[in-house]
Amino acid sequence: MEDNFTIANKNFKSRLIVGTGKYKNFEETAKAIEASGADMITVAVRRVNILDKNQPLLMDYLDPKIITYLPNTAGCFTSEDALRTLRLAREMGGWRLVKLEVLGDKKTLYPNMIETIKSTEVLVKEGFDVMVYCTDDPIMTKKLEEVGACAIMPLGAPIGSGIGIQNKINISIIKEQSSVPVIVDAGVGTASDATIAMELGCDGVLLNTAIAEAKNPILMAEAMKYAVIAGRKAFKSGRMKIRKYGSASSPDSNLI
Amino acid sequence: MNNANVARIQLNGDPFELNRGTNLNELLNKLKVQKNKVAVEVNGEIVEKKKYLNLILNNNDKVEIVQFIGGG
Repeated sequence: MEDNFTIANKNFKSRLIVGTGKYKNFEETAKAIEASGADMITVAVRRVNILDKNQPLLMDYLDPKIITYLPNTAGCFTSEDALRTLRLAREMGGWRLVKLEVLGDKKTLYPNMIETIKSTEVLVKEGFDVMVYCTDDPIMTKKLEEVGACAIMPLGAPIGSGIGIQNKINISIIKEQSSVPVIVDAGVGTASDATIAMELGCDGVLLNTAIAEAKNPILMAEAMKYAVIAGRKAFKSGRMKIRKYGSASSPDSNLI
Repeated sequence: MNNANVARIQLNGDPFELNRGTNLNELLNKLKVQKNKVAVEVNGEIVEKKKYLNLILNNNDKVEIVQFIGGG
């Protein structure tokens, strides 16, 4: 059965998007991403280390021609910094599809939605396809859609917290009212969290720490792959009704 | 090097000295940077790759060279 996952007119095989941060080295990063089955990865933009010219490059391990690079503004606390970062990313490789993340607080890493909406508007006008990290507030996500976000990415919980989807009702309301893909971004700690996001009807899940900080990241990457597939299939299947009391699975007739 | 022949720039936040008249392309070659894997900003403006040869670096120019790294 066809179940396409399309963002900004581009099809993706996997509904799991993974980050490339916090790994031991690039070998481990590449292996984990392969195991996850993801065909889109988030990447950060940082200064080149001028002194150490022999440092390995991410691009040498993960070919941007094979896997979609999603440049991210992680670590940006102002609209100005986020815009600068994504304009540099576009110059680097010609990427129009980007992830916007404008943070508002160093402790919670919660997004600053005022700056986020402002930045989305500017980026869309400049021709970017913007996937936007945001709060799980249906009013804010509506606003993002109005200014042209190509995907809405509400947090399940704070970045790197691993505590799972905290507000399932809001996530499902956001999904219901959005006409662009909704991707849960941040908060996933283990496979069941990813499944829950997908069972709520979300189009995808974006995560990083849950894989990178697992004792065996490659095994967890594989678990996440199946968790997202399982959640999607469960959602599409139309789950049974919940009953208050028991309901026998074997027929009552012809009992011996 | 005597002062007249030197351009002092800021390179990724640190002081850096060049021969006067050095263009951006020459700087990147000297640093052994793979040009197709970076983006460059001079004084806050992104420089298109085709303009590297014509951009002569001057005293006090602020040059930023960035690349993609692992991130969430």
